[in-house]
Amino acid sequence: MLSDLATVIRSKNAGPFELTFDVLFSDPTDYQRVVRSGQLSAQSFASLYGIAIHDVLSVIEFEPALAIKVTIKRARSSGAVGESDVYGAQQHAPLLQLDIP
Amino acid sequence: MIEGQANNRWGLTLTTHISILSPTAILGYGFPEASFREGLSRRPSAIAVDAGSTDPGPYYLGAGQSFTDRDAVKRDLALMIEAGLDLSIPVLIGTAGGSGAARHLRWCLDIVQDVLLDLNRSAHVAHIAADQSVEEVTRALAEGRISQLGPVKPLTERDIIDSTCIVAQMGVEPVIGALNQRADIIVTGRCYDPAVFAAVPIRAGYPEALALHMGKILECAAIAAVPGSGADCMLGTLDHDGFVLEALNPDRHCTVTSVAAHTLYEKADPRYLPGPGGVLDLTSCRFEQIDQRRVRVTGTGLNPSERYTVKLEGAKPVGFRTIAIAGIRAPDLISQLDQVLEDVRRTVFQNFQSIDEADVSVIFRCYGRDAVMGELEPLRDLDPHEIGLIIEVVAATQALADTICSFARSTLLHFGYPGRQSTAGNLAFPYSPSDISHGVVYEFSLYHLMTVDDPVSRFPITVDLMGVRR
Repeated sequence: MLSDLATVIRSKNAGPFELTFDVLFSDPTDYQRVVRSGQLSAQSFASLYGIAIHDVLSVIEFEPALAIKVTIKRARSSGAVGESDVYGAQQHAPLLQLDIP
Repeated sequence: MIEGQANNRWGLTLTTHISILSPTAILGYGFPEASFREGLSRRPSAIAVDAGSTDPGPYYLGAGQSFTDRDAVKRDLALMIEAGLDLSIPVLIGTAGGSGAARHLRWCLDIVQDVLLDLNRSAHVAHIAADQSVEEVTRALAEGRISQLGPVKPLTERDIIDSTCIVAQMGVEPVIGALNQRADIIVTGRCYDPAVFAAVPIRAGYPEALALHMGKILECAAIAAVPGSGADCMLGTLDHDGFVLEALNPDRHCTVTSVAAHTLYEKADPRYLPGPGGVLDLTSCRFEQIDQRRVRVTGTGLNPSERYTVKLEGAKPVGFRTIAIAGIRAPDLISQLDQVLEDVRRTVFQNFQSIDEADVSVIFRCYGRDAVMGELEPLRDLDPHEIGLIIEVVAATQALADTICSFARSTLLHFGYPGRQSTAGNLAFPYSPSDISHGVVYEFSLYHLMTVDDPVSRFPITVDLMGVRR
């Protein structure tokens, strides 16, 4: 599971119109394992969250921080009517149990 | 900076390095005095703090309110201003009042005045406006000088007119302009977060890319340390080849991972960080652990933009909100909740036939099921044993929102769904009165880039002698 390998799994606004997910590792082996697994691709992220693949704006592997970053389009901007998480800080949970072969 | 140069106007001998003290992640979030005193003992050349963010949502910009508390801001400012005046170093406050429009700036200046009077001191205070008029932004739109930023809808003239506040993020140039006018304290309107940290070093001749990158990390103070904190101090020390970050509380330290990880925070791409006038390029950055507590960063680049652009932010009112909070524990109701809520919605609009359904939002938030993640929730179909329900109505007037919320609440309370055993009532209210009139609702209406002719003319600087009249 991703939560067994990563030290930080979080979500947050990247501006009011985007939501960005960070997965950080402390062990380069774990980082490489998750990168190689392909489980954090745009396609797998889209199916995990049930969103269209074109709403996954970027997936960036950032080795200096042993980090994988996924940014998606918000369905509603932060604080708009019907929106549910102004800071975007509680959208990460489905990632925790992501299966990593 | 040339070694051995004479004292500058702040009374500091400029050498080959320069330190900037960042007391806290957001002005008003507080900091331990011991960390702050430790920072002062390092002879910083400025005390700088970021006071703003769009994170708390559109309300604060739209309504002209601060998301931080006045007394908490005053507490932080009192320590910072006293230290700045005692050491003859500038105190810089970025994005005053949280959103940096005129009302936020006035709010912060009023606190600065209070602090100066309490200290029985006077000071030259610069304030830099960031408001952009409807006429200016409309002209920019007509001239094709506005572009979208990320997944935002193209800007319309209507969005501009409807916005109660439009601000632009100033870069480092207006802040340097205020320093040139010999301000002791600089209070800026909406400002690129790193600018208040980078202005003093850039003015003193240090590399812009490194100064801005250091500012990018200092603006969150000790969040980039381990353990991280938004309410503790950080020191950045810049030379001509790199900068060193140090947490000033001995219980925290900076690690390569904590600093590199912070580079990711709240942004879409950690390699390229766009700002007014250029893009910071971190692709060749190196993060080095120089001892147990400090990290050195080198290799940051800056790619200047072809044309200088500033980020516009605006918020517009979209209605008035009323909410009611209640709990549901009945399993037979929870198992058919969506159908019941849909029936309640229909009953509401059948009862008020003159109201167009399109003009009123009736939202049922089912905490315990999918209220946090909405359509992103993969576990939506699991029935919980308890639901925290918020009935929310947004309408054109507060009276209408109150009416619809009240009616939806009473309808749901006594709604006879199929198989109902608990016939006395469907909702557990924690409060009497049950309904809360929540006031005006705002939405972000502008989050766009605007090309400008020069970095300073849109951000007028005013310097006043404030505090005690002598």
